[in-house]
Amino acid sequence: MTRRAQAVQTAVHDPMMTHPVGIRRIIWENDDTFTLTLDMGSWAEPFEFHPGQFNMVYVYGMGEAAISISSDPARTGTIDHTIHRVGSLTTALAHKKRGDVIGIRGPYGSVWPIDVAHKKDVCIVSGGIGLAPLRPVLYTILKNRDDYGRIIILYGGRSPLDLLYRVELEKWANDFNVEVLVTVDRGDSSWKGHIGVVTALFSYIKLDARATVAYVCGPEIMMKYTIDELDRRGLSQDQIYLSMERNMKCAVGFCGHCQMGPTFICKEGPVYPLPRVHPLLDRKEL
Amino acid sequence: MEKEDLTEIMRQHPFLANLSDEYMKTVIGCASNVRFVEGAHIIHEGQIANKFYMIRTGRVALEIGAPGRENLRIQTVGPGEILGWSWLISPYRWHFSGITVLETRAIALDGECLRNKCENDSAFGYEMLKRLSQVMERRIEATRLQLLDLYATIDAGART
Amino acid sequence: MVIFERNDIQGLITALHARGFSVIGPTVRDGYITFDAIDSVNELPQGWTDVQVAGFYRIEHRKDEALFGYVVGPHSWKKFLFPARLKLFSARKAGKGFEVEPAPLNSTPKYAFLGVRSCDLHAIAIQDKVFTSGEEADTHYATLRKSTFIVAVNCVETGGNCFCTSMNTGPGAKEGYDLAMTEVLEGGKHYFVVDVGSALGEQVIAELQVRKAEENEIATAEKAVAEAAGKMGRTLNTEGLPELLTDNFDHPYWDDVAKRCMSCANCTMVCPTCFCNTVEDVTDLTGETAQRWRRWDSCFTSDFTRIAGGNIRMSTRTRYRQWLTHKLSNWVEQFGTFGCVGCGRCITWCPVGIDITEGAATIRETSVTPTTIG
Repeated sequence: MTRRAQAVQTAVHDPMMTHPVGIRRIIWENDDTFTLTLDMGSWAEPFEFHPGQFNMVYVYGMGEAAISISSDPARTGTIDHTIHRVGSLTTALAHKKRGDVIGIRGPYGSVWPIDVAHKKDVCIVSGGIGLAPLRPVLYTILKNRDDYGRIIILYGGRSPLDLLYRVELEKWANDFNVEVLVTVDRGDSSWKGHIGVVTALFSYIKLDARATVAYVCGPEIMMKYTIDELDRRGLSQDQIYLSMERNMKCAVGFCGHCQMGPTFICKEGPVYPLPRVHPLLDRKEL
Repeated sequence: MEKEDLTEIMRQHPFLANLSDEYMKTVIGCASNVRFVEGAHIIHEGQIANKFYMIRTGRVALEIGAPGRENLRIQTVGPGEILGWSWLISPYRWHFSGITVLETRAIALDGECLRNKCENDSAFGYEMLKRLSQVMERRIEATRLQLLDLYATIDAGART
Repeated sequence: MVIFERNDIQGLITALHARGFSVIGPTVRDGYITFDAIDSVNELPQGWTDVQVAGFYRIEHRKDEALFGYVVGPHSWKKFLFPARLKLFSARKAGKGFEVEPAPLNSTPKYAFLGVRSCDLHAIAIQDKVFTSGEEADTHYATLRKSTFIVAVNCVETGGNCFCTSMNTGPGAKEGYDLAMTEVLEGGKHYFVVDVGSALGEQVIAELQVRKAEENEIATAEKAVAEAAGKMGRTLNTEGLPELLTDNFDHPYWDDVAKRCMSCANCTMVCPTCFCNTVEDVTDLTGETAQRWRRWDSCFTSDFTRIAGGNIRMSTRTRYRQWLTHKLSNWVEQFGTFGCVGCGRCITWCPVGIDITEGAATIRETSVTPTTIG
């Protein structure tokens, strides 16, 4: 089941304190998405996180944003944040250089329950930046490939140039027996892949309804359509997990901003088993 | 190709799933097995739509053109899916172009042949229409989702 | 139980000062009764009462000299335990990066609250749960709260907007206080029956020369509080309320109230349990130093809850619904109690007099789905 991991303990544990860390590397994934690799060596104890968790990322004097950790949890010393540039804070992060310092506090949030997928087929459905919080799942399960059945990735992006992690997707497909289906909303004459919504990719795979666990992350509308497809293919609600999103200020359940009905997405989420949030998804402006 | 082999292949295609033997014979009467190389222009926007393709392997990209702009590829159609319903809907013209992006095998159905059979046997016609409208509905749903441009970067200004 | 005379209240204030407490009590200011630091019993609103109906508040002279003859003003004790602005940390540029220093906790004041109504006592307990019962605790709140000394006052008056009995939060305080007083004015006598609720309360009392309460004095006090329970200005039926509100997500009441609500956020500011806040990161003009502040926020602000694509609650209608359903429905699932203590402040201080009890009643009467009760 989803479970929380503790926030990092520091000498005087104040949950609102941020900790300076250095930027080791910046990779541009596409025109408006970049991955920062952060040096966590100065952390009091080894920084540990589980797939699905996020940090509050601080730009000095500006503010914070909740951003999922997108690197391999087993990789020590550094972590990755894949960031979509959408406003002034993420733009400020986009202008950072190697060696610059930003603030981190975390990790927060619930985790993708990988143990329930043991000996089952894993179906990962993601759209846009939604693949970032799911990448740690892939790193983790591919370390023990034989513990899982089929591993299927359905991934949708805006256009071929917007797709994230293309090299890794290819590697997983070729070397790890992962079924990778990628689609884009708009293609060009050089794109020989699928064009259309990510849910259309379901036409090309057959799922074993009784033995599949699905992890879904992307825009809420995309997740709703995906849930419909999974339902059409016979999956029950408790086989499906999604990651919800709301703006966060405190990330520890004090500020109230991230509430979706009765749940605080920072505390109980962002990863939820579908039965928990299903009645909430159709409520407009909840 | 023998008609019996064709029947087996066609039975496997989702579009004809659970079709009665009698109607299957009706459809086969208009069917032939086809193969296209990669990059073949198999459909031309504006032309008479006289073919209906049930894709077996490969991939076809649907394109819409506008003067002064590069053609827009809006969708691909793959194995188990169908290409084209304009053969049944007046004025029976293609609304897009189709280019194979991979080597593609399909069952091609003669549009006029099928259309006449629908006219003569309305129960058969209704069966075809039922199946086509399901496909259309899914296409519209998908197109609407694409319209929303969910992955676009919205310049949020002061927001994070 | 012991008996205080009027000058024993002064003795109490002095004793608390001597122990390093800043004594906060009700006092008249600018035409209303607020909470502020007081030195003397003379600063209490002696002989004053308040008149409150929907959207209306006035203080008036009483015929007697009661010290606590009113109910609640616009402020609540969250003004002190959960200040409207609080610095969380300071930061300073250092080389390529920066250094961060938490705001010191040892300089937080030690408060003694004099005159905490039972509803407000419950509100403090509710905020305790929000800020200290989760996996993370708000260190500032926890530190302030631990050292706070509480002198409760049992209500013998009720206000026009009060409904604490409906919410099971009064009018008499039952627990969570160091001392609890009931004011008695009877046959020329003016005294306070005081219950001791903690070891520290016991110690403070021991410094005052006070006598034990007689049976009849205790009975008189209890009778006055019991009578107050029967004179509530309003009622709120809480039976099955959380489900009722969840089931009526699209009830027309939300459209009606949206026509009147101005999204002014008064209700969230005066409400003693509303805890929503925001975090602001600022720098000075040179950028050399930066600070992080916490300040009150309100779910009535348009961008309170949002995603990258935009605001979630895009109208007053849905934001009002969020506030009311959080208070009377979601809160139960989140924290085990209602978020409302029946103090009536939101009704008094709403410029257009929107009444939370009327809203709940309307929805109950015209619920779109029948609720099975019992």
